[in-house]
Amino acid sequence: MLHCSKGIMSGSDGAKFDEMRAEDGSVRPAYAEYCDWLQAQEKGWMRRKGFEAESFFRRTGITFNVYGENDAEERLIPFDMVPRIITGGEWRRLSRGIEQRVRALNAFMHDLYHRQEIIRSGRLPERLFRNNEAWLSQMVGFTPPGGVYTHIVGIDLVRTGPDEFLVLEDNARTPSGVSYMLENRETMMAMFPELFSKIQVRPVSNYPRRLAKSLAACAPECAGENPTVAVLTPGIYNSAYFEHAFLADQMGAELVEGTDLRVIDGRVQMRTTSGFQPIDVLYRRVDDDFLDPLTFNPDSVLGIPGIFDVYRAGGITIANAPGTGISDDKAIYAFMPEIVQFYTGEAPILPNVETWRCADPDSLKHVLDNLPELVVKEVHGSGGYGMLIGPTASKKEIAAFRQKLKAKPHNYIAQPTLSLSTCPIFTKAGLAPRHVDLRPFVLVSPEGIDITPGGLTRVALKKGSLVVNSSQGGGTKDSWVLAD
Amino acid sequence: MLGRTANNIFWMFRYLERAENTARLLEAGHRIAMTRGGDAASEEWKSVISTLGFRKAYEAVYPDYSGAHVCDFVLRGKANPESVMAMFETARTNARLCRSAITGEVWEAVNEGWMGLRDLLARQVRESNLGTALAAIRRESALARGATHGSMIRDEVYSFARLGTFIERGDNTARILDMKYYVLLPSISYVGTALDTGQWEHVLRSLSGERAYRWLNAGRMDARSITKFVILDERFPRSLAFCFDQMRENLAALALLHGHEGQANALIREADQDLSQRSIDQIFDRGLHQFLIGFIAKNRQIADTISKEYRFID
Repeated sequence: MLHCSKGIMSGSDGAKFDEMRAEDGSVRPAYAEYCDWLQAQEKGWMRRKGFEAESFFRRTGITFNVYGENDAEERLIPFDMVPRIITGGEWRRLSRGIEQRVRALNAFMHDLYHRQEIIRSGRLPERLFRNNEAWLSQMVGFTPPGGVYTHIVGIDLVRTGPDEFLVLEDNARTPSGVSYMLENRETMMAMFPELFSKIQVRPVSNYPRRLAKSLAACAPECAGENPTVAVLTPGIYNSAYFEHAFLADQMGAELVEGTDLRVIDGRVQMRTTSGFQPIDVLYRRVDDDFLDPLTFNPDSVLGIPGIFDVYRAGGITIANAPGTGISDDKAIYAFMPEIVQFYTGEAPILPNVETWRCADPDSLKHVLDNLPELVVKEVHGSGGYGMLIGPTASKKEIAAFRQKLKAKPHNYIAQPTLSLSTCPIFTKAGLAPRHVDLRPFVLVSPEGIDITPGGLTRVALKKGSLVVNSSQGGGTKDSWVLAD
Repeated sequence: MLGRTANNIFWMFRYLERAENTARLLEAGHRIAMTRGGDAASEEWKSVISTLGFRKAYEAVYPDYSGAHVCDFVLRGKANPESVMAMFETARTNARLCRSAITGEVWEAVNEGWMGLRDLLARQVRESNLGTALAAIRRESALARGATHGSMIRDEVYSFARLGTFIERGDNTARILDMKYYVLLPSISYVGTALDTGQWEHVLRSLSGERAYRWLNAGRMDARSITKFVILDERFPRSLAFCFDQMRENLAALALLHGHEGQANALIREADQDLSQRSIDQIFDRGLHQFLIGFIAKNRQIADTISKEYRFID
């Protein structure tokens, strides 16, 4: 027998908010039905289910490539069997907040590459994008088909209390992980079919169809009735190759590489067995730098020479639009509350995590005075690298970071160490709480903003750890939004 | 479909087929070596290496032709880029590259096959386990082919998969026959005489055809009826005639899909017709070796033409 009661919840590390259980030990409403079911299951049976999941992933090839110098290795992202559950009510508020933020992001992109009202109004310092590598001068004055910049967005959320969801990061460059959201659900449904007949969970499996529809709605004017969509991958050695192939397969789109493509007669065309055929919408999973060697990185062998000219002439839609990566920048993030307010005229529904911009002398002083309590991040960094987690860092590491901060203050932001919410994972000793975040996936087209209920829950598998990135020992969970 | 994807599919199935045929060749070689021993055994292993075209690479590593060395080199030799393990790995990489063109069942068959063989061939295979290992190789390839047959829709992808399979199979059958021809019949005057039945049985075993042949020929063992069976019998799935027939059909299906015929269609029609009009006596009169060399060249020409016409590479 498994218990959701307090005794089994070993290894509590002083986290303030556990999503399954309230402080008094009672099960929160979101998990009530799940816990009823779990308590009726035998522990040995659950453990066998865990092995089942691993062999399932291994066989179907859902792997995360980690390529070293010589030896190619495919690693699984650990999967935890306990779902992360969100109530219908919680989700409604979240999705309103996400929609507002994504609407603002798209408007912000358009403004940055056109009149730059937000800078003229003095709400955003010009230097934030002037020397930013993600800023593309080639995009100035150009509006992508349908006015959409951020076709696919992943918003990283963390939770600190019953009603406290905060945005930790915006991913508008090429957000990944959606294949795990889909496969995690498939796995759960295969392993525990009875759970899904008992509890009404909102489905996610139609995401690829919604993605195909959303991308087709962004096709350029030259496209026909049924636009041709293709997924551009850097190739088999890319860590997210599985996801690229998976999405192409699920959408019924071709999975292309740069070498399959050529610019002919003002269109980007792919080499098929019956000749070259034009592509209308290119869902690219390569960085801006590797898109067009003529316009950007001349050393790139991945790109398609001339694609940018075709793009500017309206011959193809590139999703996401080049130059949107700037919104992933953590220095821009610090201004998101102002950005949301500026473009929507409303107060942000989802707050940012409190952020000190080290470029500002007063903030820098505060950060330097409180380094052991703060998390300091590089503004252009990602994947959990290049950051300082004050409370777990050694004195030496803090001293080294202090020097870096003083030398290049504008390169950093700082945030308080949040007590992220926890959700139980299944361990040998029973259920144990671990910190989680949530990345919902958002689709943008002229037809509207479409948010798939749930998203990808990442979980720090190490006790007490706050780093959920898969490259650093994080795992994933199926994320449920309850139908009500 | 993309030309690159067609190329990946085509070679994925060529490698699966070659891996399977290589296992068969080792099985037959092992059997002969067992029954003969000594110098004859080592001659046998040498002929296996020659058939596979590995002589130079093999001799750079080993001074002798022992069963253990030959099997290790062919199955998993580090210096052998076309070892069974390497070929399965290439087939699996190709499957990964065109993951969106094949069904989940085909992918799982190839992926699980690769995982199984990787464990099986992690260390040198002991002679006592050789039979099990070779059977596993044949089985994994058959599972991939079966999944393809049972789960793929009959479109372009399927046609390229089948073309790869039969082009490789025809080539392999012709090479096995050609090598044995040299060993068995060093001079043309031997044709039809002094038959080494053990060696001819080896040919049939290498092609999994010994039972079918016996059934059809009631125990007669002569060079002409065996070569006739292996070259011309359209009922035997590893015969040259069967392979050409399948290639013709699959190229016709492609022509139908694309709305026009190409040069490859003309080539295979001509070659298939030419083969079906030959008698085994004609083949022997003009020289079996010349015939087989001619077959291999024609087969390769058709493969090259397919690759060009369907834009496998830029």
